Amino acid sequence: MQYKSIEILVGLFVSLCITALFFLALQVSNFSDLQDNGSYTVIAHFENVGGLKNKALVSMAGVPIGRVADISFDTDSYDALVKLRIDARYNKMPSDTSASILTSGLLGDKYIGLTPGGLDEFLQEGDTIELTQSALVLERLISQFLFNASDKDK
Amino acid sequence: MKLFQTIGHSSLKFLAKLGRSSLFLFSISTGLAYTLSRPNLLIKQLYSIGVLTFWLIAVSGLFVGMVLGLQGVYTLSTYGAESSLGIMVAASLVRELGPVVSALLFAGRAGSALTAEVGLMKATEQLSAMEMMAIDPLKYIIAPRFFAGFISLPLLAALFSAVGVLGGYLAGVELLNVDAGAYWSQMQSVIDFHDDIINGIIKSIIFAWLVSWIALFEGYDALPTSAGISRATTRTVVNSAFAILLFDFLLTALMYGES
Repeated sequence: MQYKSIEILVGLFVSLCITALFFLALQVSNFSDLQDNGSYTVIAHFENVGGLKNKALVSMAGVPIGRVADISFDTDSYDALVKLRIDARYNKMPSDTSASILTSGLLGDKYIGLTPGGLDEFLQEGDTIELTQSALVLERLISQFLFNASDKDK
Repeated sequence: MKLFQTIGHSSLKFLAKLGRSSLFLFSISTGLAYTLSRPNLLIKQLYSIGVLTFWLIAVSGLFVGMVLGLQGVYTLSTYGAESSLGIMVAASLVRELGPVVSALLFAGRAGSALTAEVGLMKATEQLSAMEMMAIDPLKYIIAPRFFAGFISLPLLAALFSAVGVLGGYLAGVELLNVDAGAYWSQMQSVIDFHDDIINGIIKSIIFAWLVSWIALFEGYDALPTSAGISRATTRTVVNSAFAILLFDFLLTALMYGES
């Protein structure tokens, strides 16, 4: 085979494979989510995070506005310290916004839902969300229900 | 006593081979500059290693993706979770099947061809003839083949995963009526560019290094007879498969062990 046609075939091969790589990056993965114009981090303390994981969704009114950046244990307050990375586009969150850990989907994936407050001041980088609601722990709920039922019987 | 002697003999033989192959790898690495200064050598090898493996990988990727799509729908529909099909297909392809299956196919198609080619060159004394003409066969023959394998496999693995995702779409969405929007959006929400795609590429780069090294060394180290070459070709496929699966386990434990 002529060297020129070998070169053309190799060129086609490399271009097709690189297109496949771009397809994987843009269509299959969250690569396009990463190309934002920056973000800011706010902190929220929760009594119990349940099964919340790193990179879980942070949403407001059902619209994804960020992701969980880090979950750690606060040795001073003995509760969970969750860092939320919120897209810089959504920079007008009232400072009394509240955060709850909610459950989505059949398999019970945990995500954080934010509910806006009414103040005119907005959340800034490093601010803390004061109003939080922990994950629903099914065992605690059932035991409360059972104790309430047995109290009523008496 | 005989048993210990056998174990000792095989261990020493294995260590000697490991030593020879390490020296061989070191000599190839020094040939990188030589290969880069003669791109026509590399392009010819990219053709015979990469382009000629293209259809095998593309067709296999398509069918593996379609099978994953079918099996995924059958299994997930038991739980009413067909919408998670995209996650299942893409995660299994990008994290595991893409790098591993394409490396196994690559070892069978290109690795065995490399061993047979180099082994036959040795048997017909072409390598010695080059040395007589003051051409280093490690630089002129082996290094371009090694780097062509090193470039080709990661590209082929990306192709395998991409075609597989499309195969899963064909089987799940077009044949079994899973929602197309759910297929793509669930996939994008779970597959992480850094954790999944980049890790898959790193895996296939390591497999490419392993397969090219094993294939070329077996050819270079083969007994210069027809039986010797045939045994070396078999050893290439067997040893490459073992190495790929062992390293896949180690790499998966390293990459996903913490989460």
